[in-house]
Amino acid sequence: MEKSPLAIYEEHLARGELAYQYSLDAGKAVFYPRVICPFTGSDRLEWRTASGLGTVYATTVTHPQQGAPYNVALIDCDEGFRLMSRVEDIDPMAVKIGMRVRFRVHKPEGDEPPYPVFVPAEAAP
Amino acid sequence: MSGLQRGGAAIVGAAESDLGAVVDGLNPIDLMAQGIHRALADCGLALRDVDGLLCATTQSRTSGLSLSEYLGISPAFIDTTILGGSSFMFHVAHALAALQLGLCTVAVVAYGSTQRSVGRRQASMREVNPHETPYRPFLPSTAYALAASRHMHEFGTTREQLAEVAVAARQWALKNPVAWEKKPLTVPEVLGARMVSYPFTVRDICLVTDGGGAIVMTTPDRARSLKKPPVYVLGCGQAITHANISSMPDLTVTGALPSGRDAYAMAKLGPADIDVLELYDAFTINTILFLEDLGFCPKGEGGRFVEGGRIAPGGELPVNTNGGGLSYCHPGMYGLFLLIEAVRQLRGESGGRQVPCETAIAHGNGGVLSSQSTVILGTAATV
Repeated sequence: MEKSPLAIYEEHLARGELAYQYSLDAGKAVFYPRVICPFTGSDRLEWRTASGLGTVYATTVTHPQQGAPYNVALIDCDEGFRLMSRVEDIDPMAVKIGMRVRFRVHKPEGDEPPYPVFVPAEAAP
Repeated sequence: MSGLQRGGAAIVGAAESDLGAVVDGLNPIDLMAQGIHRALADCGLALRDVDGLLCATTQSRTSGLSLSEYLGISPAFIDTTILGGSSFMFHVAHALAALQLGLCTVAVVAYGSTQRSVGRRQASMREVNPHETPYRPFLPSTAYALAASRHMHEFGTTREQLAEVAVAARQWALKNPVAWEKKPLTVPEVLGARMVSYPFTVRDICLVTDGGGAIVMTTPDRARSLKKPPVYVLGCGQAITHANISSMPDLTVTGALPSGRDAYAMAKLGPADIDVLELYDAFTINTILFLEDLGFCPKGEGGRFVEGGRIAPGGELPVNTNGGGLSYCHPGMYGLFLLIEAVRQLRGESGGRQVPCETAIAHGNGGVLSSQSTVILGTAATV
């Protein structure tokens, strides 16, 4: 193997893309990226780029011991995969199940790799 | 679990180790050993009789080695399956199989944790998941809160209904002399407590205590010759649906549905035949989910089902009669305590919290609703 699934995923993110795998044998999206399709056991996994549109499936506001409460959500992407993320640009308690959201890349400071976050779809450019 | 024999083994001894906040310097293996000593005394067997050892803890990488060395035994059968808090229900099924096959004749299942004394961060290894860790989920609370959000959205479950679960657990705990919590609790107090991850306040979430214990299992023939009435293993079922909450197929349906179905099939019993329920209540939503998935009410009705004290002392359905992980004891992997309480109830040893019963469910949950394992137990009258 030349590159790990995680490395390929992060390369896409660095280019501003939300990538996922598509199992040719299962005919279904696979997320998180992996070596083997969990539906069939096949290794025929094709990389695809998501539209970036999705719907909030579940949401909570976590209250740290110190600092401001923040949103943690599960997002169902239109291509048929789910991921953990957060919805930004609105009050964390205003994030509602069923809300349409759009992906954007979050680039943390320092050496941490970029990761996907979401914003309300209508507010996005 | 086809292949397992209904009533093919019995639990003959059960005991907790020291609980709550244990004295300085005790480690999880000390607590396992103390639990084993007490559980063997409970049934009149000795360490030399033990040839099967099953154990789990997050604080020892090779607990089967550590515990064998500590006890000075070389067990013929050993199993250190670790799948979170439900591990001990898996152990019961594995011990039943081993006893049935003659791989051992007396098996002990043991647990120990000093997570309160050493701190949660020290008690379990931190695992980084590149697809979850960046969002700073406070695990496991954030994951269960996501499940609760979905249940509230789909079925109209309310925070007050979740709080009813905590209040019922507290009422049971007040009847248990070794329970951690000693003061009454009300619904407004649950709602007004410190928010941890919406909709959960700290009162919707299990305790952080030390603790351990053990149960002793043997063959039915041998069980009948021992000190206490045997408690028979009537049914076992198990299911794993995911490891991380982002991979749980449906946040409102747990693996308790298939694990319960398999356990009922093996026991040849249904929900209406079960007298007392010990359900893994790491969070208030758990009790609601498991009441639904184990068939005590329809899917989505769990919140309404627990209203009005239905699962509290004096209610229609006795659930978590020891006070649960919410108010009695929760050292991180709580499953063994559900089995201990079910055994005590079936023997009639539960004192002021005793309910009339011939059958019990001990349902274990592990990870973030990830592993589910159901054990149905019964008195001699049920075999």
